[in-house]
Amino acid sequence: MELLRAKVWRGAEQGAFQSFEVPRQASQTVLDVVTHIQRHLDPSLAYRYACRVGMCGSCAMTVNGVARWTCRTHVDAVAVGGAIEIAPLGHLPVIRDLVTDMSQFFDKWARARGRFSGSRTRHDDFARIAPEEPERRQADAGIECIGCGVCYASCDLVSWNPDYLGPAALNRAWTLNCDARDVDQLERLRAVGGDAGCHACHAQMGCTERCPKKISPTAGIAGLKRALARAALKGAL
Amino acid sequence: MSARRETLLWLAQRASAAVLALCVLVHLATIIIAVQGGLSAAEILQRTRGNVLGLVFYATFVAAAAVHAPIGLRATLGEWLGWRGASRDVALVLFALALAVLGLRAVMGVFGGAA
Repeated sequence: MELLRAKVWRGAEQGAFQSFEVPRQASQTVLDVVTHIQRHLDPSLAYRYACRVGMCGSCAMTVNGVARWTCRTHVDAVAVGGAIEIAPLGHLPVIRDLVTDMSQFFDKWARARGRFSGSRTRHDDFARIAPEEPERRQADAGIECIGCGVCYASCDLVSWNPDYLGPAALNRAWTLNCDARDVDQLERLRAVGGDAGCHACHAQMGCTERCPKKISPTAGIAGLKRALARAALKGAL
Repeated sequence: MSARRETLLWLAQRASAAVLALCVLVHLATIIIAVQGGLSAAEILQRTRGNVLGLVFYATFVAAAAVHAPIGLRATLGEWLGWRGASRDVALVLFALALAVLGLRAVMGVFGGAA
């Protein structure tokens, strides 16, 4: 039986990699490997997952140094010499083993005013927004984010500036910026401008490179910079 | 966060980058063309002294560099050294002034004075 050598992070911020040997199977995913270890080799291994099919965004980990959804990553695609290394998602505090504390990640969505603010009530008619409107199309390009944190873990700037809002929160702000129904635009722009906001982005595109949903937060961040520039030139900020 | 200040700095850096892109091209082309015949320093100065167009061009070049470089350095200091806040900005204003003064002094040395 062919075996895969899997080095898995154990511990919290301080810890070490532990090696396991896992039977290889056809179409085996990295999540399958972690699940095998937890169910058959060491039940104390902590990890997080839910849907197993790339919908929930909870199983992201660092596989061979790259942030990925483990449920959608085939071992065949990442194993080097019959071995893989699995670590928790980067740039986030480690709770235990492969589980990170994502509080700061989602707190930054709140700081970026990543919630919709509408003015209509249930008694008003629907807002009519044509699918081909440019802003609707721009929102479409970023709206499928499921908050997995892969972009956040892939962004060097987060490690250089811990206050940086990060690609996901800024992408969310951008999709709301493109929402004609939203009435909180100026406050949101004020929230995402600044050296911990969109202006900190160097457009290195690590987020865009790694996003499993093929979203480009870099494009959204550039859009926020343009929106802020227009607002500043109008004296609205 | 000061969205307005950061946005204006971002605009200033982008605008100065556009000016610098043009200035660098003209500067390099001028150097390459000027030395084709094997000019000496004295011969170069003979041609540049009193050249108002050259003076205005290089003064613009210096101004763009004095705006552009400190804003870029600001981000680098924040990210690499963790130096943020008012002290960093004061130091960078001084750096910008130094660039402007030293640069304009050089421009005056080459383009100032009578032909």
